[in-house]
Amino acid sequence: MSALQTVTASRSLDVARIRADFPILSRRVHGKRLVFLDSAASAQKPQAVIDAERHFYEAEYANVHRGVYWLSQRATDAYEAAREKVRRLLNARETREIVFVRGATEAINLVAQSYGRTFLSAGDEVLITHMEHHANIVPWQMLRDEKGIVLKVAPIDDAGELDLDAFARLIGPRTKLIAVTHVANALGTVLPVEAVTRLAKTYGIPVLIDGCQAVPHQAVDVQALDCDFYVFSGHKLYGPTGIGVLYGKAALLAAMPPWQGGGDMIRSVTFEKTEYNELPWKFEAGTPHFAGAVGLGAAIAYVQSIGYDAIATHESELLAYAMRELSKINSLRIIGQPRRRSGVVSFDLGGVHPHDIGTILDHDGICVRAGHHCAQPTMDRFGVAATVRASFAIYNDRDDVDALVAGLSTVREVFRL
Amino acid sequence: MSELRDLYQEVILDHVKRPRNSGALAGASHRADGDNPLCGDKVTIFLSIEDGRIADVRFQGRGCAISLASASLMTEAIKGKTEAEVRAMFECFHTGLTARDEEDAANALADLDKLAVFGGVREFPVRVKCATLPWHTLVAALDRATQPVKTE
Repeated sequence: MSALQTVTASRSLDVARIRADFPILSRRVHGKRLVFLDSAASAQKPQAVIDAERHFYEAEYANVHRGVYWLSQRATDAYEAAREKVRRLLNARETREIVFVRGATEAINLVAQSYGRTFLSAGDEVLITHMEHHANIVPWQMLRDEKGIVLKVAPIDDAGELDLDAFARLIGPRTKLIAVTHVANALGTVLPVEAVTRLAKTYGIPVLIDGCQAVPHQAVDVQALDCDFYVFSGHKLYGPTGIGVLYGKAALLAAMPPWQGGGDMIRSVTFEKTEYNELPWKFEAGTPHFAGAVGLGAAIAYVQSIGYDAIATHESELLAYAMRELSKINSLRIIGQPRRRSGVVSFDLGGVHPHDIGTILDHDGICVRAGHHCAQPTMDRFGVAATVRASFAIYNDRDDVDALVAGLSTVREVFRL
Repeated sequence: MSELRDLYQEVILDHVKRPRNSGALAGASHRADGDNPLCGDKVTIFLSIEDGRIADVRFQGRGCAISLASASLMTEAIKGKTEAEVRAMFECFHTGLTARDEEDAANALADLDKLAVFGGVREFPVRVKCATLPWHTLVAALDRATQPVKTE
């Protein structure tokens, strides 16, 4: 496809048709059109995902990796086909590098508990940034308390950008792991993860990237990035809740001990000795959420049928429109002004508490996140306890932005701003 | 808009703009901290109890309009009251904001004078905890009667 055709195809992204794919968007809230601007917390589900999971339960369901019977084989095939879809989504080299987990939080905990407890010892350092989600802070603090590792935090500037020079200076001989977000969930900053992995590689330090807020908006190539771990949650990518992904380079995953023990993660068990299963099942103890994996596979197929080019064009246009319209509102202050922004905009309106704003917007059928966005250190950095965050997805349109702007003028009216 | 006006009444907005009895209370006999971790609302209640009555009360905090106004109005309402009276007031306040039956709710609030402005909160169930946070903190302060506040 030529560049010109790509642009044309992108422009033709039919939001009305996409909206029709999401049944929930046709429901009304408080008698108003549902304006869903909280997809960064969790995205709505297209019919294709709902149908895939429903069909799986209705027609193909049995436990995986166990039965010799036809139905169990069908379920196993569906589960493993979903894994292959994830591999292609991330362009991982091998399917066995894809481990299904409950979500990004579990994936990071798995790396902290398995990789961290095995390969890090007292005094070793894990380097993160000041704009991480709690899920990429707390597991490392737990490891710190258990093993005596040191947690280093790279600063961000007033625009909400990672200070790459300061980041580089924090890398030292004891740095054993770098864990950074791809896109900051509270600010929308797109981090220079390519530069981070390049830097890390010169010192031979493994890199974990939290891709929760990136995967819904942009193509990710873990081989091109050359990261060692990449994690994301399915429910933010239009998939079901309770399913997520840990990508890990095969050599690393193979060297790591299992995290949880039980069925499915073993090859043979006697009371004296247990032989563990191969990758990726070594990390999937117990009956996995394979119905969710099937739903996630359908979500990936749905996103790819639209195409990341079209998604990126639509969302960046919409985000630019939102920024423009919000900037016109008196006493509205946007938190963070990164050069590259994706998916979210966080703001303060005349010091009115975000929960009051959230309640007033909800009254108009508008769903936004009001709070600390599970990123309290980020909030502290900008001197606010909480913000209002509007986040955008493929199904949002200018009407949603206009509704938000109108809702904010109601806030100004109620609070006499 | 009318439901929103019921929630954010003039009295409430006035107390947000000009909170009464705000700040620490030197020589307080009772004190407690309260917070809604989910919201980030925080409040500290200081009490000075003399002869079984609330001689003085002040609060410090940060939070939404509902929690700040509730703290401010509460401090005005409880001054001079006995501990038993204050606990009974909270009982009525809570019923007024949460009773399933509208009439029960209205009756409970009827005796609370100014505090009746919080009647609109009942229509916004997720905000009930904002309005009750200062009261829960007040009760915690009363319950800790045996532990005097340390002077720093």
